Amino acid sequence: MSKTIAKPIFFYLFASLLAFFILIPFFWMISTSLKSYGALMSIPIRWIPETISFKSYAKVFVIFPFARAIFNSAFVSVLSTVITILSASMAAYVFAKIRFKGRERLFLVVLATMMIPSQVTVIPIFLVLKKLGLINTFTGLIAPTIFNAFAIFMLRQHMKDIPDDFIDAAVIDGASYFRIFRSVILPLSMPIITILGVITFMGAWNDYFWPLVILYDKAKMTLSLALSQLNGQHTDMYNILMAGSLLSMIPIIVIYIFAQKYFMSGLQLGGIKG
Amino acid sequence: MQSEIQRNKLKAILFFLSPSILGLLLFSLIPMVFSFLLSLTKWDGLTRWNLKAGIPNIVGFGNFKEILTDAEFWKVLGHTSYYIVLYIPLILIFSLLVANLLNMDFKGIVAYRVLFYIPVLTSWVAGALVWKWVLNPLYGPLNEMLRFIGIEGPGWLQDAKWAMPGIVLASIWKDMGFFGLIFLGALRGINIEYIDAARIDGANWWQRLMKITLPLISPAIFFVIVISIINSFQLFPQIMIMTEGGNAGPHGATQVMVERIYKYAFKYFKMGYAVAYSWLLFVIIFAFTMLQVKLQKRWVHYDE
Repeated sequence: MSKTIAKPIFFYLFASLLAFFILIPFFWMISTSLKSYGALMSIPIRWIPETISFKSYAKVFVIFPFARAIFNSAFVSVLSTVITILSASMAAYVFAKIRFKGRERLFLVVLATMMIPSQVTVIPIFLVLKKLGLINTFTGLIAPTIFNAFAIFMLRQHMKDIPDDFIDAAVIDGASYFRIFRSVILPLSMPIITILGVITFMGAWNDYFWPLVILYDKAKMTLSLALSQLNGQHTDMYNILMAGSLLSMIPIIVIYIFAQKYFMSGLQLGGIKG
Repeated sequence: MQSEIQRNKLKAILFFLSPSILGLLLFSLIPMVFSFLLSLTKWDGLTRWNLKAGIPNIVGFGNFKEILTDAEFWKVLGHTSYYIVLYIPLILIFSLLVANLLNMDFKGIVAYRVLFYIPVLTSWVAGALVWKWVLNPLYGPLNEMLRFIGIEGPGWLQDAKWAMPGIVLASIWKDMGFFGLIFLGALRGINIEYIDAARIDGANWWQRLMKITLPLISPAIFFVIVISIINSFQLFPQIMIMTEGGNAGPHGATQVMVERIYKYAFKYFKMGYAVAYSWLLFVIIFAFTMLQVKLQKRWVHYDE
């Protein structure tokens, strides 16, 4: 017995319509990226290019340091993810397993910061980083990822469930806090760490607001920012814009195909964060 | 011995907490205080501080007063309300449909699932770029299809009335897979016996939907509405990419709060004003969320 709320045929129709709605932009993206500039504006529109040309894919690398942008995005996303996960799991370990006075109050402060929209803090952070000469640097771009209340919260919830017996056993073996963290806590938290890693990576890869604020040098730009720059400068060259957009999507989609399971759980977790 | 254990524990706490606490201070708490203080001033973000010379110029709540008495602020809120009014019903309907489809067993369900998540995975910049092109009144596929069925489509992003609906369309496309997934989780949690019982009692599918299914997943609906409204107040990349032809849409028709904050701070260099704007954003989001938490008692069912 399936738990549907209405008759299947009705829904098959909707399924096709929805699939159509989802697919049209992607189809249009691919089709446009294979057209020449002269073939973009035609009435009636051409769903399939008359002559297929891959020139836009080459051209996007000529009119913009796009290879550099791909590297920048990969570098920044990997580093942000590593820093977030490391810093958050360290803090979560304390919040879950090491008791001290005022711990719960401190944790509440961490949680409370989640309510403040990032727009409130982005201007002062920018001003401070400017004072420190960190504008237009990867250091400035990545630095704020060292604190991630959501990641701390998720990891702490998970680490709380690790039985104390495991830790006590390690203590009896003479393990230090660091050893416990490395050989008990981290290995047992791998599922949640992987999920958070996927969310963080995706967030960093697709981020737009913060890079827009802090980077202005073309050679430093991440992919999202590079695309928005291209949009500003070559606003009607849709063949190139679409080629660039498709290239920017490939890594996330490849990761998705290999880590579908983690993405699904990650997206659901992400919902809690909001 | 005892004191050494204590010392080791303290060292461990400091070591493990320090990166996050440092970040909490530097990138959250201190900026918040700084942000609030800045909101009481007029400052361009560039001129060196010299309190004796009145730099920054302390204006108390002057910025807030200025924003709230400026017609632009209310216009901007109007744009967001327009977005919310269109977006919320559509996203609820579409993502519920998506959830239902994904919950069914049919051939190719796996491919179908992948399909719905691709927009979620796509960056907003790439998504907004393609939608800007899809919505092109002359050369875009949407108006082409409308022409095919005999409707002359609107100018979308180039038309003050249709620019926001165009943005809504793009947002629905981008978000429905995500919220669909949330509803999917909720649907799977329903005890099928309730629905079977209603069926045996002779309830038709509409009655089952309205009286059983929707109330049972009302916590998820509540969650989706709360998150959607928070996100709606924070619209940004789609506005910047799709309608940034100088002034956010024709006659500024798609000016929204975060876009204003960004422009005031980084284009017009009115730091105090921009920061005050961001606090108003916080207050509005907070108030809306609290209001919904209060109202939920009337329609959200948490019992199994």
